[in-house]
Amino acid sequence: MDLAGFLDLAAPVAGSGIRLAVPLVFAALAGLWSERSGVVDIGLEGKMLAAAFAAAAAASAFHSPWVGLAAGILAALALALVHGFASVTWAGNQIVSGMAVNFLAAGLTVLLGQVWYGEGGRTPQLAPGERFRALDLDLGLAALFGPGFGRLWSEAVAGHNVLVYLAFAVVPLTWWVLARTRFGLRLRAVGDAPHAVDTAGVSVASLRWRAVVIAGVLCGCAGAYLSIAQSAGFVRDMTAGKGFIALAALVFAKWRPVGVLATCLLFGGLDAVAIRLQGTPLPGIGTVPVQVFQALPYLLTVVLLAGFIGRAVPPRASGIPYTKDR
Amino acid sequence: MSLARRPLPPLVDRLLLPLVNLVIAFAVAGLVVLAIGENPLEAVTIMLRGALGYPEGIGFTLYYATDFVLAGLAVAVAFQAGLFNIGGEGQASLGGLGVAFVCLAFDGAPWWLVAPFAVAAAALFGAAWAFVPAWAQARRGSHVVITSIMFNYLAATLMVWLLVEVIGKTGAMSPETRMFAEATRLPSLRDLVLPLGLDLGRSPLNPMVFVAALACVFVWVLIWRTRLGYEIRTVGKNPTAAVYAGIDPGHVVIVSMLIAGALAGLLAVNEVMGSQHRLVLDFVGGAGFVGIAVALMGRSHPVGVVLAALLFGVLYQGGAELAFEKPKISRDMVVVIQALVILFAGALEHMGRPLLARIFAPRRRIAGGAA
Repeated sequence: MDLAGFLDLAAPVAGSGIRLAVPLVFAALAGLWSERSGVVDIGLEGKMLAAAFAAAAAASAFHSPWVGLAAGILAALALALVHGFASVTWAGNQIVSGMAVNFLAAGLTVLLGQVWYGEGGRTPQLAPGERFRALDLDLGLAALFGPGFGRLWSEAVAGHNVLVYLAFAVVPLTWWVLARTRFGLRLRAVGDAPHAVDTAGVSVASLRWRAVVIAGVLCGCAGAYLSIAQSAGFVRDMTAGKGFIALAALVFAKWRPVGVLATCLLFGGLDAVAIRLQGTPLPGIGTVPVQVFQALPYLLTVVLLAGFIGRAVPPRASGIPYTKDR
Repeated sequence: MSLARRPLPPLVDRLLLPLVNLVIAFAVAGLVVLAIGENPLEAVTIMLRGALGYPEGIGFTLYYATDFVLAGLAVAVAFQAGLFNIGGEGQASLGGLGVAFVCLAFDGAPWWLVAPFAVAAAALFGAAWAFVPAWAQARRGSHVVITSIMFNYLAATLMVWLLVEVIGKTGAMSPETRMFAEATRLPSLRDLVLPLGLDLGRSPLNPMVFVAALACVFVWVLIWRTRLGYEIRTVGKNPTAAVYAGIDPGHVVIVSMLIAGALAGLLAVNEVMGSQHRLVLDFVGGAGFVGIAVALMGRSHPVGVVLAALLFGVLYQGGAELAFEKPKISRDMVVVIQALVILFAGALEHMGRPLLARIFAPRRRIAGGAA
């Protein structure tokens, strides 16, 4: 097989891998903001789920994907406030609070979906105008690049919806704010040594609250992407563990923005390859069960966490509620 | 010292505070029902009648409670060691695999002969699934919560693969093993209580309810009456002090997680051998997670766990009846209540403290400055 032929084959897989990576990128970045400030967030899944439901419901009611996105962000934000109230304001256990957020979303989305639409938690099918559709960014370059690279250009680079490009823009933005601004420095400091930040006269609670809110907004984008960009409506348990894969990606990336992007692309790519290879035997290996690909992100993360490939060390104060008078 | 950390009298701290938290959780749940446009009081009446109003309902309630006692203990034992066992779901799934192996191997043998092996296999498989996260936390410094979450998903993928490709029945509509022989299934307790004039009907209440009761006694003795229990509590309260006392926290972490995993695994006997009579995909159905709410509500004490598990048993059985009578309140309402209990009895447990401290802990009592 020549290069052009291979690219023709690989391009659709690359494109679908990128699309599958996008919700992971948003959610993992949400986790990154939260955890770099010292607030562990296992509620990514729940916030995404609530956002997916709210986005689909609002997009179908107002016939606009933008209203849907706003509603998704608001829903995720509401749950983020619950998490912040419990874990920052009341110094509660962050894992417990995250679990509560997950169950709250899992229960409320289906309960409300059933009351409003009566279809077992499903929202109405969205019309094309109510979703984020692929943009036409081809610019005539596909024809210019010729068969192989042209296919790669149109499948993997051009022709995604607007949220895909937004996800890719948020990565450098996150890096820049965390690494290059005063707010970012303080935010990282509050995740590593909150006492030092407090001593310097900066409010630990206010910094952590801001991080939790940013995490909510990003989870909102992740959820909206699932229901009004990738699919045309919400179905019960739509996130299906993506929030936890994002958590794994965050650990795998050692809590760094660029690493998050690379890991999410890897996990999304694995997913795409698994879908492409379903039932197709590999030369020399035979048919690989699709579950092997599904298990890989979790397996890799466990191995990494145990320190067998590099070392993943979380922010030092993450998971520990800060109380002033201790 | 702030109001939030002023010590409360023991009775207020252990009974009144959890009760206040619970009342808040259920009040919020009532608001949700109101928002849907139904009457919360009517909903509660239907639930209580469905769960406790007739023998078959009671049978179902106790059957669910059996699951939740075991799942709750699995979380509670780990809590005592200062660990959050979020992996009950995966541990129970693997426990089911052990039960299925035993039951299919001895298919047709009488249940009382098979049951001890099934119980042992469930505990062993559950403990084995808890071992890796425990070992990684104790010896490699990775966080048991994250690893356990990963292991829940690994368990789910493993079960799909096994049931679809390896041990599943060929030609079945859904991934599942063949049914166990009639004789090998755990019998319903119906015949046992029928002479008392109680007809449990089709409820799958089976002898595992006694095993769950025994497990409570076992955990109480273990935690408060043995050397290991003392070590577990010490590590849970202060791992640094434990090291000075000559305790190896790593060892305690591993042992307590093994016990937790075994308890979660036992839940599978109730489900697989006692109710479903075959291994189906996702037979745990979230019971492992209910254990978290149960342990938080029960304050990680066996007595509390039993009470909380009974409450969740009522919620599950009553919720099913409620969904039947009021289609607008689907069974997902129970998940919402579960979330609210976890939120108010767990994450926001300190919220009621300042108010109660104002009433029950006058200022002079804090002169000692206990933390």
